[in-house]
Amino acid sequence: MKKRHEFSFKRFWAMVVKEFIQMRRDRVTFAIMVGIPLIQLILFGFAINSDPKHLPAAVLQADRGPQARTILQAIQNSSYFDFVREVHTETEAHEALARGQVQFVINIPENFSRDFLRGDRPAVLVEADATDPAATGNALSSLTNAVNGALQNDLKGPLAYLAGSDGPVDLRIHAKYNPEAITQYNIVPGLMGVVLTMTMVMITGLAITRERERGTMENLLSMPTRPFEVLLGKIIPYILVGYVQVGLILFAAQLIFNVPMIGSLPLLLVVALVFIAANLAMGITFSTVAQNQLQAVQMAFFFFLPSLLLSGFMFPFRGMPVWAQRIGEVFPLTHFLRIVRGILLKGNGLDEVVRELWQIALFATVALIIGVKRYRQTLD
Amino acid sequence: MTNDLAIDVRGMTKRFGDLTAVNQIDLQVHTGEICGFLGPNGSGKTTFIRMLCGLLRPDGGSGTCLGLDVIHESELIKRQVGYMTQRFSFYEDLSIAENLDFVARLYSMKNRREAVSQSLERLGLAKRRNQLAGELSGGWKQRLALAACMIHQPRLLLLDEPTAGVDPKARREFWEEIHRLADEGLTFLIATHYMDEAERCHRLAFILYGDLLVTGTVSEVVRQSNLTTWAVTGPDLMRLSERLLESPGVEQAVAFGSALHVSGDDQAALDQAIAPFRTAPYEWRRVEAGLEDVFIHLMEKSKGGRSS
Ligand SMILES: Nc1ncnc2c1ncn2[C@@H]1O[C@H](COP(=O)(O)OP(=O)(O)OP(=O)(O)O)[C@@H](O)[C@H]1O
Ligand SMILES: [Mg+2]
Repeated sequence: MKKRHEFSFKRFWAMVVKEFIQMRRDRVTFAIMVGIPLIQLILFGFAINSDPKHLPAAVLQADRGPQARTILQAIQNSSYFDFVREVHTETEAHEALARGQVQFVINIPENFSRDFLRGDRPAVLVEADATDPAATGNALSSLTNAVNGALQNDLKGPLAYLAGSDGPVDLRIHAKYNPEAITQYNIVPGLMGVVLTMTMVMITGLAITRERERGTMENLLSMPTRPFEVLLGKIIPYILVGYVQVGLILFAAQLIFNVPMIGSLPLLLVVALVFIAANLAMGITFSTVAQNQLQAVQMAFFFFLPSLLLSGFMFPFRGMPVWAQRIGEVFPLTHFLRIVRGILLKGNGLDEVVRELWQIALFATVALIIGVKRYRQTLD
Repeated sequence: MTNDLAIDVRGMTKRFGDLTAVNQIDLQVHTGEICGFLGPNGSGKTTFIRMLCGLLRPDGGSGTCLGLDVIHESELIKRQVGYMTQRFSFYEDLSIAENLDFVARLYSMKNRREAVSQSLERLGLAKRRNQLAGELSGGWKQRLALAACMIHQPRLLLLDEPTAGVDPKARREFWEEIHRLADEGLTFLIATHYMDEAERCHRLAFILYGDLLVTGTVSEVVRQSNLTTWAVTGPDLMRLSERLLESPGVEQAVAFGSALHVSGDDQAALDQAIAPFRTAPYEWRRVEAGLEDVFIHLMEKSKGGRSS
């Protein structure tokens, strides 16, 4: 018999049209698809964007000269710090930090004013509880300006040469508990990948199992459909949903969180297509393995969790042990995060992008092939 | 002429674990024939039909469907077969027209729109075309499914209880349509539990727990059963029925309106059993055994033989 296994565009298109109609009818699912990125943005975004001020700080002041006073005054005026208490020993200071009573300890050493006037660049040590880097980051970055600015007036006469150099004071910031700070810009672009992984895998994960549970599979199989037509037909409509999510997040990144967009947006949108397809293909494959919708959701979750944890979204990728990095390299999210951050923040172009993109494309292809192979043409 | 047989399979077998749902069934159905497929619940009708259209892989057996190999060419068979599932399996979240349109697209029909509107017209659903299939009443769902599986003008229709829950008028129209189509050369294999429908079939196949017991026309099937039936009228037939059933030779005593039908497959024993009651006020009359009597007779008999 000739050409028994050909791909029919008409049949494929029949599937696409049907899926579109069903998607349009299923308002709740669509609302969830739009709602998840919104909620994530609000949740993550709130923690990021709130630029916390008036953080509790303790002062360990061993010198009470005029310059010491100027510095402390300036720090307080930056409105990031509230001096809630004075401590007298290092031990006392560390206890306050450890207990979370204060988030910073500002340490003015002995003879600060004298050393300053001599031009010896005395050290000011700021210890920060950086457990939540998003909370302390801004405060810390405001310090240098506050301290140097405050002492400008004192830099006259013989001290004038200090104004141009590294600054009259050696500001040492010691971030405790979480030295590798994640910046806010990292999170919003990363969120795009996280949301897509979470929703795209799940939604197609349900695609085949739903047909099986509702009994419509028997009908579909009794008609002349090929696996590839069915699976691809189910993927296409959801690519659109994926783009709606991408659009939402980019919109929020730009307008609400002021994430810089240095690189090319069209390039990002093309990359997103590959990434969305990879996740949809993964979902479709789960869908052919799972017996029912519940199992499909569970599988999607088991895929989502390691993606989230090992991709570098939650924890710095280089901070993980090598074996974990190896596993992390498998997930599309890992590569997508690098690409998105690269394009948006560093202005990466095609060259850098392709180096990560092919791995996502490979994943998508393998997943889809497994899906097509696993797709059962019979009921038994 | 090989084309004379629309279905020609031998030794079809399907097992689910230890259970043999279909056991070595041979079935031949001629082109243009309406074949009724009878059997109690769980006897393997649906399983057999599914094997014919490639939904289940047989554990044994071979043959052809529309001249195509049942095992290896199911993709091609599917294009020319209309299969109506026992359970409604169209999309409840698609409208009537959208469901029909989907099917027409899947079969790559050229005059798709026309076919869909014709089908709606024939169904009498043209006005409700935009109603969701899930909102239809049970009988209407059934009629939609039927229309949908015929839209691509298949040559063979495998219908699994197509009229379950359909009202008498629609059922009559359905059967008239089927006879008309059979005249045009379409072949039907129809699983049903309705005896009046069975009587409208050209030929019957009776399957019981996986085994094919009898095939033939209605009268052949009745004759093969060797069933003798008496109709008796008179007072207090319930009491009479109880007493008759106690005597050997009487297999069934079933009330039909004002008469009681008494039957058994051993004519001598039956006559002996009813002899004491052949007095006034009872009136006895020999009647032809009904298909239902035969159906129940076959079930009862094999239950004794099966003993498992
Ligand atoms: N997928 C399956 N897995 C296991 N057993 C099955 C499966 N499908 C059917 N069976 C069993 O096979 C036997 C035949 O079932 P089938 O559905 O073919 O009966 P049927 O004649 O269509 O009955 P009904 O008149 O109730 O529709 C039953 O005992 C049933 O439990
Ligand atoms: Mg059945």
